[in-house]
Amino acid sequence: MAVLTIRDALNEALREEIIRDENVFVMGEEVAEYDGAYKVTRGLWKEFGDKRVVDTPITELGFAAIGVGAAMAGLRPVIEFMTWNFSILAADQIINHAAKMLYMSGGQFKVPIVFRGPNGSAYQVSSQHSQALEALYANFPGLKVVMPSTPADAKGLLKSAIRDDNPVMFLEQERMYGIKGEVPEEDDFLIPLGVADVKREGKDCTIVARSMTVPMALQAAEQIQNEFDVSVEVIDPRTIKPLDVDAIVGSVKKTNRLVVVEESHAFASVGAEISHQIMENAFDYLDAPVKRISTAETPMPYAKNLEALALPSVEKIVAAVKDVCYL
Amino acid sequence: MPKAATIQKTTASAGKVAKNGASKNGKALGTAAAPEFADVDDAIAEYNARRSAQLAAIKKSDKKLLREMLYQMVLGRRFEEKCAEVYRMGKIGGFCHLYIGQEAIGVGSMMMLEPTDMVITSYRDHVQAMIKGMSPESVMAELYGREGGCVKGKGGSMHMFSKDLEFYGGHGIVGGQIGVGTGMAYAAKYKNSGQVVLCFFGEAAVNQGIFHESLNMAQLWKLPIIYICENNQYGMGTSQKRAMSSRSIARKAEAFEMANEFVDGMDVMAVRGATRRAIERARKDGSPTLLEVRAYRYMGHSMSDPGNYRTRDEILKYQERDPIVLFKDSLKESKVLNDKDFEKIEQEANDAVDRAVKFSDESPYPSEAELLTDVLT
Repeated sequence: MAVLTIRDALNEALREEIIRDENVFVMGEEVAEYDGAYKVTRGLWKEFGDKRVVDTPITELGFAAIGVGAAMAGLRPVIEFMTWNFSILAADQIINHAAKMLYMSGGQFKVPIVFRGPNGSAYQVSSQHSQALEALYANFPGLKVVMPSTPADAKGLLKSAIRDDNPVMFLEQERMYGIKGEVPEEDDFLIPLGVADVKREGKDCTIVARSMTVPMALQAAEQIQNEFDVSVEVIDPRTIKPLDVDAIVGSVKKTNRLVVVEESHAFASVGAEISHQIMENAFDYLDAPVKRISTAETPMPYAKNLEALALPSVEKIVAAVKDVCYL
Repeated sequence: MPKAATIQKTTASAGKVAKNGASKNGKALGTAAAPEFADVDDAIAEYNARRSAQLAAIKKSDKKLLREMLYQMVLGRRFEEKCAEVYRMGKIGGFCHLYIGQEAIGVGSMMMLEPTDMVITSYRDHVQAMIKGMSPESVMAELYGREGGCVKGKGGSMHMFSKDLEFYGGHGIVGGQIGVGTGMAYAAKYKNSGQVVLCFFGEAAVNQGIFHESLNMAQLWKLPIIYICENNQYGMGTSQKRAMSSRSIARKAEAFEMANEFVDGMDVMAVRGATRRAIERARKDGSPTLLEVRAYRYMGHSMSDPGNYRTRDEILKYQERDPIVLFKDSLKESKVLNDKDFEKIEQEANDAVDRAVKFSDESPYPSEAELLTDVLT
């Protein structure tokens, strides 16, 4: 096992896939000569040159479209959005084109493309740079949505995403790029899309968390264990779509309690979908109503205290677990 | 599909087109081979002025090819007329955008391609799909929403696709295909495949951001694509002059230092000549070209268009320059084909359309299991 940051784990995944398949190339703003706005592509341009690592103008709709057309014509583009906030400019290409091409061509034209970049809040970057967009993209048939929370998951899932024949939205988190963790050193370390991971086993309450809220959930679980001797299970779906419903339902059938934690807004969120799945598939197993922790229903404020207030936190998760456990 | 090597020079003005890069006389590069015309009277005068060159080009061209070009134009016309007829009978649902009046553009440009070259277009795609080689049966059955349709009834009028024939689809978001086509050209360059892309769109798509984003990158990265703006003068019910601050679309390319040409879209040989010059540029060093091909949409935007935004006189005036009539006149005058040949072509086209209708009437609806397939692979 090597200890890597999420940033370097992603970098390794890109590097290995560029070497493995000549049709893989990375494209986006500042990915090449600048080494990546968040340094995920550090060193790749120097190693592989202009063909495989391509700087674009600031033209999100345009280069997303280049990716879609190139994928239809047989390449495997990895398109970086400097942040997912900017993907909204490219939404027509992602939603109207990439997501629908296979279906409306009667199965003839695959679009094997990865769109990736940081999603959610950073540190005090305010409203237009702090959005968690997974629920938006997960709403459209034809797209896969992936959100890693550890260096190992980041590497294994990105490699699988690049090899997948469908459009994959790969949502990282800016606050998490520096998080370190063990990554297997095997030659071809892959994690299949659509499979949840139990990040902590427990028997009294389930927390479903993703991306930035996974470390928070683990910390909250530890705190609850120490304070109340209550054992909390933390499930990380890792792939939002397709969602590993069985893993979540199985856990809730065991613990009878569920808290969903997410960085996105609550309304029509992935958490809402998970809550519905539990109602449909584990209604009789619930000993308490499902609780959700989401970001406040406001654009993200700039002020440090307000930003913290808007976001999920360990304290909020602890409080929610106490609620559903009637502590 | 004819080989590019067999193509003859079609207009005398071919040599006027500047190579990519700044031109010597200070004017922008790749200036139009034909002067831009403002209205239909101008167009007639301009056409008459270059007609002798056109006749000479016809004389030098392969007779079988010329016949096939006329056949494809007539087939397209009869096919679309039949679409209108069966649409009114309720056999076709949804939107249905017809190509009548624009046949010279699809035929003149696409019949310059190698079979491996790629095409992507807008929702006005039935006729272009057939020119690329799709059978009238598979296109009509798609319009019917039947199993025998080219995409199994999942796309309908706006979404004809054939991977085998390198036809990358009709697309329903105005301008979206300009970006996708640019990506296809990116792939051709990446793979060094020698393919070129023909990317069709209407003049209204030029006002979308994707047009400008795409042309910028195509020229920046030298992508082998020919952008063909089919200027049929109306975006739904809004005429170009009510929607665009400038008259010329061709010259918008100059903002990107891209080669460009204005083309008479009623003259199939002029379209062919301009496309040949553009393809040569694309194959030589990957340079893109913007062609503004001026035509006129005879029919409404779609079958539900009331047409109250223009006069019948305007339509009739443009129809005097019908692309099929113009081409037939020139073929006859050049003694390439005669009235008997024309009759035979009409008959063949009508038969093909009848077969397509019969096939579609008999083709079953898609099975219900098809609902959930092809979402992901």
